[in-house]
Amino acid sequence: MNIVEKILARGSGKSSVSPDDVVFANVDKVMVHDVSGPGVLKVFDKLKKQGIPVDKLWDPTKVWVAEDHFVPSAEKVSAENVVKLSNFTKNYGIEKHFKYGMGQYGICHTLSHEEAMVMPGDVYVGGDSHTNTTGALGAFACGLGHTDIAYVLLNGKIWFKVPETILFKLNGKLPEHVMAKDVILKIIGDIGTDGGNYRTMQFGGSGIEEMSVESRLTMCNMTTEAGAKNGIVEPDQKVIDYLSSRGATNFNLITGDPDAEYDEVIEYESSELEPTIAKPFSPENITVVREAPSVELDKSYIGSCTGAKYEDLEAAAKILKGRQVKIRTEILPAAISIYKRAMENGLLKIFLDAGVTVGPPTCGACCGAHMGVLAKDEICISTTNRNFPGRMGHVESQTYLSSPMVAAASAVTGKITDPRDLN
Amino acid sequence: MKGNIIKYARDNIDTDVIIPGQYLKIHDYAELATHAMEGLDPDFHSKVKEGDFILSGKNFGCGSSREHAPIALSHSGVKAVLALSFARIFYRNAVDGAFLLPIEIDQDAYDGISEGDEIEIDISQNEVKNNTKHQTYKMKPFSEIIGKIIEVGGLFKYKPDSD
Repeated sequence: MNIVEKILARGSGKSSVSPDDVVFANVDKVMVHDVSGPGVLKVFDKLKKQGIPVDKLWDPTKVWVAEDHFVPSAEKVSAENVVKLSNFTKNYGIEKHFKYGMGQYGICHTLSHEEAMVMPGDVYVGGDSHTNTTGALGAFACGLGHTDIAYVLLNGKIWFKVPETILFKLNGKLPEHVMAKDVILKIIGDIGTDGGNYRTMQFGGSGIEEMSVESRLTMCNMTTEAGAKNGIVEPDQKVIDYLSSRGATNFNLITGDPDAEYDEVIEYESSELEPTIAKPFSPENITVVREAPSVELDKSYIGSCTGAKYEDLEAAAKILKGRQVKIRTEILPAAISIYKRAMENGLLKIFLDAGVTVGPPTCGACCGAHMGVLAKDEICISTTNRNFPGRMGHVESQTYLSSPMVAAASAVTGKITDPRDLN
Repeated sequence: MKGNIIKYARDNIDTDVIIPGQYLKIHDYAELATHAMEGLDPDFHSKVKEGDFILSGKNFGCGSSREHAPIALSHSGVKAVLALSFARIFYRNAVDGAFLLPIEIDQDAYDGISEGDEIEIDISQNEVKNNTKHQTYKMKPFSEIIGKIIEVGGLFKYKPDSD
């Protein structure tokens, strides 16, 4: 069995499973945020009317809660959702609730690794499509809707069809200025936005072994954009070190068997990869940056679970150090812990000196919610994950998806710029 | 089950156009319905009728896990979406929450069915009948678990242990 089959077999108490088997897997951790939490409560209301008891969760210690999409609250409805979330965690005895304005908080997927909320080998589900991110820690991490999350909260398990797995092998270390974001955009461009539909996208090979845990998180994060059920990397010493430094102990590493089977194996040579962007209006609409259209950008946005981890900010800072931005540029660290390290290590000064606005952790404009959404005809380069029509604001705005280095280099020139070409 | 078709002849209709991100904070189903398909077809809300079906191409519902998407369509009156293929979370949300039927059709059905056609879905025969054009197409059968969840009316009514 491969890693995903082994995790789902363990989770469902079976000695083995194969692709297309339907299993009910016990869930180790479940997450809701300020969009899916109130959505789940709405499902609870419906269930109550049908006589299904909702007064107790299966295990509140396995539930954790983030505030990220519409915080800090921009208006009344969002503020009420945050209050609903606070009442929810209080009423059901959930202790792990990361509240904004009270120390550590941030984007749920970022907290999943920053706070070591999820461990290798876990069956982890979240009420958000980018739950796939956390598969980089060696967990089966999968996004679900409100009804499914409500079911997990009450029953502690959920059905899965065991997915087939595509193994992407990255050979060799990435060249300088080429980031994990460039690799995953290239992959999505090659297989399309439904190329991973219903399947697992697993990443391996020497290029992945060389990669930091945070780069692997970027890879797994955007498996969602290829339609994948989950993304995953087999856990190694780097994952143990990463999680240990965040307080985790007792590792139960699951890796694939030597004779593991894959639906497909697709190989990439790192040395052939280049800074890459996805043009409007689809993450599969890629081009290398040196062949990008010459457009006048209005804005550069460095944020989200995809592109505002510490490593992403560090990469942007390398480019922005001693330079000035030519267009509106926002940097929103994805969690307070990252914000703090950015302050301690002088990154915030570099950003502010360059003219950047540094904002609080939030999903913000990535999902068109608030904090810098785009007007009609505005063109943005962004380290986020989607560029469908209207994704970041007006339906006639445009978003180019890029790595943090490309977004920073483009902020300096006002045009889509390969960081290797910056003077 | 019978309904008239609203056809969007394109692939990759994503959740950001089905229900734009700014409305994710809303959890009132009737209000969500007023914004359904707003990112693609601002007239959708005024033209959709109770019992209508949507017809579209590949990868319908790609993007986010927002259950708002099938909720907004279902509370607009849409009872089924016929598409060449579906993104997994949309499909799952539609079935587990019992909001609407996701029907996978083939290229012949996609090409042959037009806006406004009256369509009859016969799950027991895995058939889609076009009453307007007097044509019958095959639909892809539901997998066993999906069929059972649809039959009982959603995940919460499904009893896995009684299999």
